[in-house]
Amino acid sequence: MSVRDLAIRYGFILLMLGLVAFFGLAASGFLTLPSAIFILQSVAITGILALGVTCTLVVGGFDLSIGAVATSALMLSAYVMVVWEMSALAAVVLCLLMGAAVGMINGFLIVKMKVPDLLATLGMMFVLLGVQRIPTEGNSIATGMALPDGTNATGVFSPAFLALGRLRLWNVLPLSVVFLLVIAVLVWGFLELTRHGRLMYAIGSNAQAAALAGTNVERYKVAAYVISGVLASVGGILLAARLGRGDVASGNNLLLDSVAAALIGYAVLGASKPNAFGTAIGALFVGILLQGLTMLNAPYYTQDFVKGAVLVVALVFTFALTGQQIRRA
Amino acid sequence: MEGPAIRIRDLRKAFGPNQVLRGIDLDLPSGAVTVLMGANGAGKSTLVKVLCGVHSADAGTVTLDGRPFAPASPAQALRAGVVTVHQNINDGVVPDLDVASNLLLDQIADGSVGVASGRALRQRARGVAEAVGLRLDLGRPVAGLPLADRQLVAIARAMAHKPRLLILDEPTSSLSAAEADRLFALIDRLRAQGVALLYISHRMSDIRRIADRIVSMRDGVVSGLFEEKPLDTAGAVRAMLGRDLSDAAISIPAAGRVILSMAGIVLRQDALPFDLTACANEVVAITGLVGSGKSALAAALFGQSAPLAGTMTLDGSPYAPASPIEAVARGVFLSPRDRRANALVADFDIARNLSLPFLRRHSWGSFIRWRSEAAMANRMVGEMGVICRSPRDGILTLSGGNQQKVAVGRWMSEASRLLVLDEPFQGVDIQARRDIGAKVRATAKDRATVVLVAELDEAMEIADRILVMAEHSLAGEHRNQNLDLSAVMRQVTEAQQGAAA
Repeated sequence: MSVRDLAIRYGFILLMLGLVAFFGLAASGFLTLPSAIFILQSVAITGILALGVTCTLVVGGFDLSIGAVATSALMLSAYVMVVWEMSALAAVVLCLLMGAAVGMINGFLIVKMKVPDLLATLGMMFVLLGVQRIPTEGNSIATGMALPDGTNATGVFSPAFLALGRLRLWNVLPLSVVFLLVIAVLVWGFLELTRHGRLMYAIGSNAQAAALAGTNVERYKVAAYVISGVLASVGGILLAARLGRGDVASGNNLLLDSVAAALIGYAVLGASKPNAFGTAIGALFVGILLQGLTMLNAPYYTQDFVKGAVLVVALVFTFALTGQQIRRA
Repeated sequence: MEGPAIRIRDLRKAFGPNQVLRGIDLDLPSGAVTVLMGANGAGKSTLVKVLCGVHSADAGTVTLDGRPFAPASPAQALRAGVVTVHQNINDGVVPDLDVASNLLLDQIADGSVGVASGRALRQRARGVAEAVGLRLDLGRPVAGLPLADRQLVAIARAMAHKPRLLILDEPTSSLSAAEADRLFALIDRLRAQGVALLYISHRMSDIRRIADRIVSMRDGVVSGLFEEKPLDTAGAVRAMLGRDLSDAAISIPAAGRVILSMAGIVLRQDALPFDLTACANEVVAITGLVGSGKSALAAALFGQSAPLAGTMTLDGSPYAPASPIEAVARGVFLSPRDRRANALVADFDIARNLSLPFLRRHSWGSFIRWRSEAAMANRMVGEMGVICRSPRDGILTLSGGNQQKVAVGRWMSEASRLLVLDEPFQGVDIQARRDIGAKVRATAKDRATVVLVAELDEAMEIADRILVMAEHSLAGEHRNQNLDLSAVMRQVTEAQQGAAA
């Protein structure tokens, strides 16, 4: 293997290990279990969203509505429990159904109505950002809040629901991290080991060829958006459980962070394509970076700049280096 | 003829360990069409890319009108007077702009023409168009033009540079015969103007029509130069392959029972209805011009669009597929034309490209059985004679002929009732073409095989029976033995009243 091949394949992993080593030396307490757990917890929600958007990237699409789906799930779960006073289970089920429905509508707009994916999901994003605020007239949802009819909401977030975001297994491992790991393994297995995942990659690379090989391209595309919507709603549920209230201002960064993680994933192991393992590493990378910078007392407002710089470097890894690799006589 | 416009001496180019050009010596005289022949992988495209500034040579010299010529970029080559018209026509035009803007694109790009001045722009564009005898509405968007006109626009634009050397890379591969004739007429004009032309093609009919001299390439060197009239095309093919081409004479076996039967099929409004049958152990070639309806027939057979009228039966039971999925389920497979656009998944390796239609067969539930897939890939690579290091090589590392073997081989890994091959020899050198043809014939026993080709030569190489398509209907039927070529050609070119089949 040439130096370039090695750089393409392991460059990003090395960069990450180097970063860990640097923070470990520079910030005491970085290389500890609580710090590691904190990093994982901080990336759990964006990681789950990023795995969803990875599925849409695989079929050659893009889902800009994931952030809005997550915050809609946040508001919906709060509304179900606090205003309708229903159970945690009902809240979770309704949120998942909402995510699946949004994915179906996205898929329908893109596949049947032929709306370009970016525009369809952008439109859906605005619709959801609006819809989630209408029932409460733009207010956050918490027990005791005033309802439009003049009464006060009396429901509460059930302990079972809050446990989703706050419980730690063996007092160490947060449940949300377990969700992230399980979902990452499932998405990875789906994309890499099943014929459905293989066909989704074929569609992303050449949809016409996939269709002429007897693949139901439309169905797979819709499925990708449904997966994306459902995973985004899972992220929203975990966010609601962590916050314990339906906060209208939360989740602003979810979309950009998770898209960044998925795109950074292109560079991991020289994949040059969307992939679940890379996305998980990408999310982890962003988490490590932000935790390290925080421990070094870097101001919060530098975070977006650093994330952006990392994303650009990762994209250079992906496109500039690998782009010159495939060259024929 | 004047002296050579381009003189190439000992040109060498390697990609890593792979020596692609091993010392090319070649003169390209002004006012003559030099046809360049070579198998896929012989180094033709690399030579062209060196000449047009995409690659730089490792060693050797090129002189243009006596001056050293070593362009560092395509723009430099263009300014020096070397103009290339690529195989992919749409690389040469901007579809959303009108004809006038396309003709003046280079001047607009370098700022010598202001875009805003509509009338002045038309005026200059008209000059460019008339210089090559192009008669088109200059205000029309290029997207609305047929392929042939787009190509003429690209060439006209190229001619505005007053080229010394014009390189045409398989320019007729997407053109109908009438359209190709217009291109040839233009080439004749350019030749008369003293331009040196380098013409790359696999098509014998093109070569016979326009070649002044033929250069054969093999393994990165010039292996033959033919200038004496009449041109020795057989010798050129021999020089390109390095040996005699084995005879592709067909012995026609007895046809089995009828597998596909089509009755009263109407493919287009106002087209005459026709019938068609295809039997087991039979290879039927359907030939006709581009636009004669072959694609519509393929679409009907593969469930992409139903015929307007008529019925189809497969093995005696009604067959009306609503989608390719249904067609494949019934055992009707189609290898589409234009492999890059319609068949190959560029991101996949050879094995994954081969297994694409039949992944279910290589799966346990939803999970892919890697061993089963690898075994099939190894088998098909061997059977089709795909030249590669391993089935895990990326598909784009293969030469065109080997890519095509994968695209066709995909559909031969499983038994079919009806195999339709749409232009299986597009952009494939003559040896790979023979390989694919022999393989198709050798496996034809238990299925019906329908091959759609625009070139009659190709039909004669592969078929037991040749049907002629014109005006979206069948115009003639011939057994592939002692073929009356003039009768076939008449049916190909003349729309006939009353379908003969």
